Amino acid sequence: MSLSVYTLLLREVIRFYRQPNRVIGALLQPLIFWLLIGSGLNASFQVGAGNDVSYLEYFYPGVLLMILLFTSIFSTITIIEDRRDGFLQGVLVAPVPRAAIVIGKALGGMLLGVLQCLVFMLLMLTPMVDLPITPLGFAAAVLCLAVIGFGLTALGVLMAWPLKSSQEYHALMSVLLLPLWLFSGAAFPVDGAPAWLYWLMQVNPLTHALALLRHCFYVGVEGGVMGPAPLTVSFAYAALAGVATFVAALLIVRRG
Amino acid sequence: MVPAVAVKNLTYYYGDRPALAGVDLEIPGGAMFGILGPNGSGKTTLFRILATLAVPASGQVAVAGQDVVTRRSEVRRALGVVFQTSSLDDKLTVTENLRHHGHLYGCCGAGLREQIDELLQRLQLQDRAADRVETLSGGLQRRVELARCLLHRPEILLLDEPTAGLDPTARGEYWRLLAEIQERQNATVIFTTHWFEEAERASLLAIMDSGRLVACDSPATLKSTISRDVVTIHGDDPAALAAAIAARFDCDAACVGNAVRIESASATVLLPRLLEAFEDQVHSISASKATLEDVYVQRTGKAFDAEEPSE
Repeated sequence: MSLSVYTLLLREVIRFYRQPNRVIGALLQPLIFWLLIGSGLNASFQVGAGNDVSYLEYFYPGVLLMILLFTSIFSTITIIEDRRDGFLQGVLVAPVPRAAIVIGKALGGMLLGVLQCLVFMLLMLTPMVDLPITPLGFAAAVLCLAVIGFGLTALGVLMAWPLKSSQEYHALMSVLLLPLWLFSGAAFPVDGAPAWLYWLMQVNPLTHALALLRHCFYVGVEGGVMGPAPLTVSFAYAALAGVATFVAALLIVRRG
Repeated sequence: MVPAVAVKNLTYYYGDRPALAGVDLEIPGGAMFGILGPNGSGKTTLFRILATLAVPASGQVAVAGQDVVTRRSEVRRALGVVFQTSSLDDKLTVTENLRHHGHLYGCCGAGLREQIDELLQRLQLQDRAADRVETLSGGLQRRVELARCLLHRPEILLLDEPTAGLDPTARGEYWRLLAEIQERQNATVIFTTHWFEEAERASLLAIMDSGRLVACDSPATLKSTISRDVVTIHGDDPAALAAAIAARFDCDAACVGNAVRIESASATVLLPRLLEAFEDQVHSISASKATLEDVYVQRTGKAFDAEEPSE
């Protein structure tokens, strides 16, 4: 089991880095988003009263989440390609538990996502990003990114497994994954949203996952940005959603 | 001795359409077993069931003595499977692909390295070991595919139209290597094909049509069931021509596909008389000893409408 998970994971990583377009695409798009939207909204943005968080700063963890989302999406879109090109059939006839396929994929997507985020986090060494992060906060943030990346990749597996074409996946991505990101507090805070949106965002597990990630950047800092719920509640809810997604992915892969 | 494959009363459906309608089959160990049939005959469905990728609707299927439904893991370990389409990762090198698949079968370390080296050598791939699969020709990719399925030393090789898309030279080379490997490892080889020339390479051949097994024996025995010569005539209106010939010579002239087919005790006698009588209606006429195609036509009563091999 561990050998097959390892080899599937390794293959995922090698394959990713041998396609430079994917590496750059998964990094450049969020960077452009951050710079353009962040700069554009910087002047008119205000988080609650008495906070002096700029929009670029507020948006930064949201963009990290976007990188995770894009990387995990593209790593699970390969399930559809693998099925079409034939690679998957070779794995399916091997004496490998179906769970290994999900775990290998989810760990692969997680690792790639975290590595991509680390590249983006190099920006924190420049004056462009002014976040009060501590070493402990940084470690917590990486851990947080890893866990969220695992969950998102499992969600990707769940979506990609029954689909026949990558076009279908792209359609699902626009109606499900992008709104999931948009309504997670990545682009605007939960507090100021109208009531219907407020509840939609509260229900979204990514809102709580992002709140945890955001908190890592302000460990030991007074103020910072308020979360949608107490941290423990956010943690419990996000963790539950992650585990449920993973189990659902296991079940769907075992069935088909 | 346990047969390599034992199939009893196997059925399979795509929706309401039966893809396999009660197949019984036994493949002895060590055979070079061919499954011949046109597209849609059910041979690929049978392949998928043997490979544990599809579950039978009813019936029993055992591979290497293990049930394909309840003992799936053991069956998978006993099989080396080659698909019609590549199962290699084109972004990985030849060696990386082989190592990856070795790992999936639980092989690792020095043993796996040695096995990879040996297979690369035996399949004449050692020069390309470090190249990405996407840079390899179709023929070389098929060879890597073969090396991949041999890594864990399976007792049974299961190949679905393994030479599809190869040019004649590469195809010949592939079969030469496969025969060599089979002899050396004493493995059972099971392959599907829709080409008669490939079917001739089988030591035992099953012919499938519309989800049924219509014949199963050695190619030579199958052909010997047709002791007479076969005359084939192409003409403007084969149906009318067949009727006219039947009336005139009192023989079984049948219209099969777009040709007239006649079985005759002696083609040398019949041929000149046919030409003399129907010269203006005949485009081409040929006589031959019975072929596997004739066996198929005789057993099913219809033409074999497979695609021609691409040259």
